[in-house]
Amino acid sequence: MADVILKADDIVKHYPIKGGILRTTTGHVKAVDGVSFELHRGETLGIVGESGCGKSTLGRVLMRLEEPTSGTVNFDGVEMYAQSGSAMRKLRRDIQIVFQDPYTSLNPRKTVGDIIGEPFDIHPDVVPKGGRKQAVKDLLDMVGLNPEHINRYPHQFSGGQRQRIGIARGIALKPKVLICDEPVSALDVSVQAQVINLMEKLQDELGLSYIFIAHDLSVVRHISDRVGVMYLGRMVELGTEAEIYQRPTHPYTQALLSAVPVPDPTMRGKREQIVLTGDVPSPANPPSGCRFHTRCFKAQEVCSVEDPELIPRPDGAGEHRSACLFAEPRVIVETVDVTDVEPDTRFATTDTVDVDAFGQTPGALPDDETAEVDRTEVADGYAPEDQPTGVGRMIDNREGDNPRPPV
Amino acid sequence: MTDTIAAGVQPTAPDEVGEARSLGQDAWRALKKNKLFWASVVLIVLFVLMAIWPSLFTNQDPTYGDISRVRQRPSAEHWFGTDGQGYDIYSRTIYGARASIIVGICTSIATLLVGGVIGIIAGFYGGWVDAVVSRITDIFFAIPLLLGGILFMASFPNDANTPYFVIVGKVVLTLTIFGWPSIARLMRSSVLQVKPNEYVLAARALGASPWRIIRSHILPNALAPAIVVATINLGAYIVAEATLSFLGIGLTPPAISWGVAISDALVAIRTYPHILLFPSLFLSLAVLAFIMLGDAVRDAFDPKSR
Repeated sequence: MADVILKADDIVKHYPIKGGILRTTTGHVKAVDGVSFELHRGETLGIVGESGCGKSTLGRVLMRLEEPTSGTVNFDGVEMYAQSGSAMRKLRRDIQIVFQDPYTSLNPRKTVGDIIGEPFDIHPDVVPKGGRKQAVKDLLDMVGLNPEHINRYPHQFSGGQRQRIGIARGIALKPKVLICDEPVSALDVSVQAQVINLMEKLQDELGLSYIFIAHDLSVVRHISDRVGVMYLGRMVELGTEAEIYQRPTHPYTQALLSAVPVPDPTMRGKREQIVLTGDVPSPANPPSGCRFHTRCFKAQEVCSVEDPELIPRPDGAGEHRSACLFAEPRVIVETVDVTDVEPDTRFATTDTVDVDAFGQTPGALPDDETAEVDRTEVADGYAPEDQPTGVGRMIDNREGDNPRPPV
Repeated sequence: MTDTIAAGVQPTAPDEVGEARSLGQDAWRALKKNKLFWASVVLIVLFVLMAIWPSLFTNQDPTYGDISRVRQRPSAEHWFGTDGQGYDIYSRTIYGARASIIVGICTSIATLLVGGVIGIIAGFYGGWVDAVVSRITDIFFAIPLLLGGILFMASFPNDANTPYFVIVGKVVLTLTIFGWPSIARLMRSSVLQVKPNEYVLAARALGASPWRIIRSHILPNALAPAIVVATINLGAYIVAEATLSFLGIGLTPPAISWGVAISDALVAIRTYPHILLFPSLFLSLAVLAFIMLGDAVRDAFDPKSR
């Protein structure tokens, strides 16, 4: 694959637990505990895991919003954590972040123009002063919002529109890497698809690399080239989308995938579900050896002693990185690749057509009227039986004409 | 059918994008409908006018005492009657507004500035800075406003030749010294509330300087509660000024103030209650007006109450 733009090496982030009268440190929450990976230019690396496994902390440490306890990040040949002051400021142009909650990520007292224009105020040499308003309008246009709305305030927009404003702010400085911290999990399912498609479009246009943090396996599969699975502050499996979803070798990945709902009633009860017992152990006191051994269905005595490394292990067809002593592939969900299947034109598209929230103006793509017409036709009611066969049996829908259920 | 619907979403006028409304404008719209707000505004405007141009309301000289007509009941000539020195109570009440309004407004602004800056520093920088600043705040908070005022004013007494504005300035200074901790605490807590918001993180991710983050993100979002409390406190400072003057250590005669008037009236409270009534009434109305204004503004800025 292409060259590496960001290489994280053994990143550790521990938060001290203070207790007692003297506020002494009694322990550490090991939020991220030795994560290494690399991100290639122009690719999307998905990072999945359940709540509290350290995904978001990893994103913030990568942005240097939090100082890591140890570890290094090499960004495009520069050691990120060794930079200080103006060098770090300059570096920040190239790595940006989109946050999870579109309701708290935009300052409610600023207009959209101020919010998207702030990057230009902080880095005044990117766009000359006279061209800033036009640059903001171009960005609004690029994310499918009406450029005329530059003077509106965030509370006048819907959740999906706000998230697009957040994305516009993220791409304003033309970064090389965009870290997306659960950018769609706060959104309605149908709006999720629009935002995901917008992000894919922007990646093509701007050559961005994404680190896409999410807990929704289907969304991650849809957008990612490679996927990393995290558990309790560790990366347990890392491979291409096909390797992770079709030939997972780590028992935790297998259990996660078996929990993905399949939108096909005929498959109900026919597939295997791995139900894990117990709760996630506390990250303040993680289990010895393999961190997953307390809940693993394959655990043996050696697992509680030996800490498996994230190294390439055979997965049946080849090998990819997995952190399990007993790694072996196992088919969890049968999937059909629908990349080449013609999308059903009767369904509404999930393209980034912005219908104005106040019903006055359609957004920046007024030529795409078909989307509107399609919606009305669906509303008119077509019988569902003439669907193309095979489209139902999938969790991955390349054209995105079915809203994906969240995990 | 589809045609009509598709046509329905076409822009009626491409340049019409709806009005942009900031939260401040929203609050103003809510305030405009609030009767209490307008009542308090009318009262405050009246009191401020009294403070600036007392001669608009009366042509009597408040410093002219006619010893032959002391303690008269209200009449056409003396609307509120006369007091123990033969002064016209109406004109003295009008002229007395100046001291109260100046002390109230100046103290509120001063506490907002001092407390605001200290609260922002404590909340934004956290860590040991917060620990040190918060303990200092606690020390000042532990001293009751009035006790501190009495101690301070008794230590630096006024004499008959002290200029008016020096006396007023001293009262403002005392009340500020012992009044800022409440604003500082409030400001610190609202900064702590705003700071973890993702828009602050986003600004940091863009490489914004701390000053820029405070100025354009923290301050506009954390200021509203402090302004509301400062407005409500304004009434309390007016009371404190009147109390100090009543005790004879704030403003002292010949300065005219409601507190001084109330103090003088106590001598004859049973036989001539009207001498006490009018300055007390004005004092209560002024305090009420500022507290009502504070309440109305708080309701308007609090989105949950809408």
